[in-house]
Amino acid sequence: MIYLQLFLSYLKIGFFGFGGGYAMLSLIQNEIVEQRGWLSPAEFADIVAISQITPGPIAINSATYIGYSVAGFWGSVVATAAVCLPALTVMILLTRFFLKLKDNRYMHGIIEGMKPVVIGMIVSAALLLMFPKTDDEANFVDMWSWVFFLGCLYGSYKKVNPILLIVLSASGGIFVYWLPKIMAGF
Amino acid sequence: MLFQLFWSFFKIGLFTFGGGYAMIPLIRREVIERKGWIADADFLDLLTVAQSAPGPISLNTSVFVGYKMRGYAGAAASILGVVLPSFVIILSVAVFFAEVRHNEVVDAAFKAMRPAVVALIIAPIVGLTKGMRWWLIGIAAAVALVVWGVGISPVYLLVAGAVAGLAWSIFVARKEVRR
Repeated sequence: MIYLQLFLSYLKIGFFGFGGGYAMLSLIQNEIVEQRGWLSPAEFADIVAISQITPGPIAINSATYIGYSVAGFWGSVVATAAVCLPALTVMILLTRFFLKLKDNRYMHGIIEGMKPVVIGMIVSAALLLMFPKTDDEANFVDMWSWVFFLGCLYGSYKKVNPILLIVLSASGGIFVYWLPKIMAGF
Repeated sequence: MLFQLFWSFFKIGLFTFGGGYAMIPLIRREVIERKGWIADADFLDLLTVAQSAPGPISLNTSVFVGYKMRGYAGAAASILGVVLPSFVIILSVAVFFAEVRHNEVVDAAFKAMRPAVVALIIAPIVGLTKGMRWWLIGIAAAVALVVWGVGISPVYLLVAGAVAGLAWSIFVARKEVRR
């Protein structure tokens, strides 16, 4: 029952997706890459890159993409619907009871308690992409990888648009990886 | 009205790259300035709820506004609008990407984009930890190591964090009562 598995995995990701896109990466990674094995770490990084240069949140993008690659068109529909369902129900509840909960100290305590976990999750997502379990899953393959990494880190620090950074890296990759191969052919 | 909700959030879904905070100004312009669906003062409340609820901010905002305007049908129309653009685009990418996956140029581009993505993920962390107490940063570091090294699902740690935060606020509340 691949549809049911997709549905349950993305329901879980949607329900525990606190703290925005990058924190959700860690959930998606754990569920899809580590536990289900539907994607390799490199494929996962590819989807994050695609997600950066296309509109929409990474949670939706990854659901549509993984749903399609695992079970075709209906797989993408099931996964996308599943990831939206918690947001839909939880937000309706919060909108109805919001005024009562807004200044509730216990609600506040729960959110504050999750904050360090969310930050740790973002770090773990980066660590898993930098240092995967086996060498053939590596995303950092040579010196150029570190050049692109440090360049983008500096770029984000300087508040350069992330789409531009991804596009620049892609062009840089074609320049340093593909061009020399073609030149060698002549 | 339902179609207007759908259409407004369709536009928001179509033009928000990178997700999250990048879409806030766009949402604000469409929902407050152009349509006047919610008051400016309510927008801050909206952001607070949208950030505390699970799921992407754009989705949560669309549900909030849609539900306020037209109940369940409004929420459904808005969420459909915000999701549809990324669904269609990513579906086309997925179909197309399978074809070009082993193209040498595409491969070279993605080889460079992977470390770039890691940098984009790491970049906001410094800002997030600003003003945090050292032992909370220590907890964040421990969470990162456990999820990365042991491969434990972050779900358990989120629940643990929520329970600890709740326990702490109950503890503080009791101490105040005793005083």
